[in-house]
Amino acid sequence: MHVPDGFLDAPTSVATGAVAVVAVGVSLRKAREELDDRTAPLAGLVAAFIFATQMLNFPVAGGTSGHLMGGAIAAVLVGPWTGVLATSVVFLVQCLLFADGGITALGTNIVLMGVTTVVVGWFVFRGVQAVLPRTTAMVPVAAGIGAFVSVPVAALLFVGLYAVGGAADIPLGQLTGAMVGVHVLIGLGEGVITFLAVGSIIAVRPDLVHGARSVLKTRTLEVRTAGAAA
Amino acid sequence: MKNVSSHVSNRAVAAGILVVALVLAGIVSFYAASTPDGLTKVSEDEGFADTAKTHATEEGPFAGYEASFLDDGRLSKGASGVVGVLVVLGLAGGLTLVLRRRESDDDAHVPADTTV
Repeated sequence: MHVPDGFLDAPTSVATGAVAVVAVGVSLRKAREELDDRTAPLAGLVAAFIFATQMLNFPVAGGTSGHLMGGAIAAVLVGPWTGVLATSVVFLVQCLLFADGGITALGTNIVLMGVTTVVVGWFVFRGVQAVLPRTTAMVPVAAGIGAFVSVPVAALLFVGLYAVGGAADIPLGQLTGAMVGVHVLIGLGEGVITFLAVGSIIAVRPDLVHGARSVLKTRTLEVRTAGAAA
Repeated sequence: MKNVSSHVSNRAVAAGILVVALVLAGIVSFYAASTPDGLTKVSEDEGFADTAKTHATEEGPFAGYEASFLDDGRLSKGASGVVGVLVVLGLAGGLTLVLRRRESDDDAHVPADTTV
């Protein structure tokens, strides 16, 4: 869903750019609370993984494809604030090095595919987590559901931006139907990939998964092997 | 007895994620679907695809995830994927390493990067 230059007018692009700057600025301060010597290295790798996965367009209905956005994966694995930073780096590199996503649309793409999928993915994840059994096995399930919901929400937000500052006069009902329809399908892919990716880390090291902390805390603590030396 | 956290080291987890990312971007990406993505398709169907402007870095060496200096399609896609993974890892990894709380910070709050 990389928005190219020209789809949205200048004032709208400036506005989304400002929102992106604020979101990244706040995240730079808040991410510090999520990152320590143990988890910080994971954040860069999660960003690299999201970049790799975004190259893998999978087919959905009607000669259309889609790829992961990654906000939910990032938020669950390394925390929402760090997730905003990780996805923003991905969109910055894609824009400058790979000509994917317009330069004037960088703010739009960070807001739509980064901030929105992180925020929606994270809150849906936490909501689902609250009603499911408190086990680590449920963490990938909740993450997958959060990821699934985040994609059509991002598509809806694009329609909202297009209504404000779209370059062409497109009937909004029609645009909404088309965008949400295809992105529900892409969201299914997002959900499956997120479930598998989060599930893989949960299987080997649940203690490294940010979104599993609240579950692990309720268990009897065992002696940790790493991070004790000071 | 199965301990939840001790069998696989941090290093092994990191290496695993990196290998998966490199294989996906360097090899699997060649086989990804080439049909237009959701937004591109919608913009074609709804008639606003032509409002997209040419990208300012369209002539760059890796534009469109193709390494322009390599003729072979597989190598071209794979090389740009590997470069992308490493650049993203360097930037995002560097950023989070700078931002992280260090052990000493927990006792005395010392802002990073302000030493003269």
